Amino acid sequence: MANQQVNQGKRRFLIAATTAVGGAAAVAVAVPFVISMMPSERAKAAGAPVEQDISKIEPGSMITVEWRGKPVWIVSLTPEMASLLAKHNDKLSDPMLDVVTQQPDYCKNTTRSIRPNLVVMVGICTHLGCSPSPKLQAGSDMGADWPGGFYCPCHGSKFDLTGRVFKGSPAPINLEVPRYKYLSDTLLLIGQDDKGVA
Amino acid sequence: MEKYLTGLLGWIDERFPLTANWKAHLSEYYAPKNFNFWYYFGSLAMLVLVLQIVTGIFLTMHYKPDAELAFASVEYIMRDVSWGWLIRYMHSTGSSMFFVVVYLHMLRGMLYGSYRNPRELLWLFGVGIFLCLMGEAFFGYLLPWGQMSYWGAQVIINLFTSIPFIGPDISLWVRGDYTVSDATLNRFFAFHVAALPLVLLGLVAAHIIALHEVGSNNPDGVEIKKLKDPKTHIPLDGIPFHPYYTVKDIVGVAVFLIVFSAILFFAPEMGGYFLEANNFIPADSLKTPPHIAPVWYFTPYYSILRAVPPILNSQFPGVAAMGLSVMVFALLPWLDRSPVKSIRYRGNQYKVWLALFVISFLVLGYLGTEPTNVWGQFSGSWAEHLDIKERATWAARLFTLVYFLFFVLMPWYSKIDKTKPVPERVTG
Repeated sequence: MANQQVNQGKRRFLIAATTAVGGAAAVAVAVPFVISMMPSERAKAAGAPVEQDISKIEPGSMITVEWRGKPVWIVSLTPEMASLLAKHNDKLSDPMLDVVTQQPDYCKNTTRSIRPNLVVMVGICTHLGCSPSPKLQAGSDMGADWPGGFYCPCHGSKFDLTGRVFKGSPAPINLEVPRYKYLSDTLLLIGQDDKGVA
Repeated sequence: MEKYLTGLLGWIDERFPLTANWKAHLSEYYAPKNFNFWYYFGSLAMLVLVLQIVTGIFLTMHYKPDAELAFASVEYIMRDVSWGWLIRYMHSTGSSMFFVVVYLHMLRGMLYGSYRNPRELLWLFGVGIFLCLMGEAFFGYLLPWGQMSYWGAQVIINLFTSIPFIGPDISLWVRGDYTVSDATLNRFFAFHVAALPLVLLGLVAAHIIALHEVGSNNPDGVEIKKLKDPKTHIPLDGIPFHPYYTVKDIVGVAVFLIVFSAILFFAPEMGGYFLEANNFIPADSLKTPPHIAPVWYFTPYYSILRAVPPILNSQFPGVAAMGLSVMVFALLPWLDRSPVKSIRYRGNQYKVWLALFVISFLVLGYLGTEPTNVWGQFSGSWAEHLDIKERATWAARLFTLVYFLFFVLMPWYSKIDKTKPVPERVTG
């Protein structure tokens, strides 16, 4: 036994094979642990689309709806508000919505919405996820040239009433418009459109 | 009696190297005899670690990691648990003091070149401890489930979203939900009380084993192991850690505890710097507080994050710069090309750069606690061409540049710097 020649090739093969199989097993067993940290079935169910009655929103005001724990704003524009929208395009980073797609195709229009007087968007700043404060009226404490919109208290990003970001904001892109559709004249479904669930 | 004790020790030593370890790490671990004020902070960091672990264990006896119950359970600890306020404030003050002590400990390493050969790995373990500590602080800050807990976590987790391609999935995975929620709180609790403390203790053990392998550096940056007594093989400039430095460290502990108690009993919130006012309001996922700032120990990095402008419609450069500003410490052993270790024998170039770095760190730290309009706006016709007019943002950009230049230019200025001759043995 003691004088037997050691078969180095065989030994190396066995070490390599054991390492490979053991390593593969370790990776495979890590998968369930990693995946267990993804949203659970309950969290996914709670993230289902939400319905909202929109008949009671006064023109010139907004409501906030919770969807997946995020604030979704529904802003009802007055004709004056809508008329101001096209006048500050030169101050916006992405006025024509060409640079980064932040809305479904059916909202790629001047008010980023299905109905021109009702804007729906996720009220989460695209900088670091704070929720901007509404400053809907033109002028006010935001300065004389403020056309109405949203101001993020965290780092000073500014958005107009349709969620388009002003130049010089830390936020790089426009606010997100979620998938949504109208179930009836007064009922809105957030988080789902004819193409499916967000 | 002594016979029995010696007998017991002998019995143990035959089964476990108790005496051998005592000698190797305390009574016969020879440390340079010229340690000064800066050498208190390592042992103080150990003290705070023990404090955090003990107070943390007692807090978990009453705390509930549940989004519905967490905020109220912390208030319950503060109001109804006997001495609960003391234990909670010890833990919250301890976290800030941990960073005070560790930042000073790191600055000591930079002053005396303690990261240089042969202590690179010791330094890397230290950087690991620092990262682990930042993780502990971040995860722990969510647990009271106040407004600042919630929105701070929201902001930091959203940083991952900016990573190209995989970002949104990573932040979903970290949160375990579409927003910061009960799932997030529960896992942060697991990280804070189980996962990271284990890693932290392992790293601290590795840090000390590495230190005792290569031996301590000292304010002169000379290797005491080079000159040993020919008979005893004890370094000529070394003295046993115990009793000499254990006694010295007790003095440091006493002074530290006086400061610690003063904060604990008279200013546990430290004017909003240790515990922020907004965190006494329960978390509300639909309403962001008017001003979000991290706790003071994160503000230099937060300033760097805010200072870097979005590039190509992505905020990833800012996130990358923030990550880099923390990780860059790990490169110090290889960036420093000076022939000497200690600042005592370095030339003016290094001294000026180190001073600029410390100033940058402090100014960035201050700016990170304030809104970006704290210093007003640039006015005048020339300012019309600026993308951002806030003075503070431009100051933060300037100091961010200095912060990084300290590291980036180090291979050059440390090499050409005029140094003084290093003595053979340590000086007083």
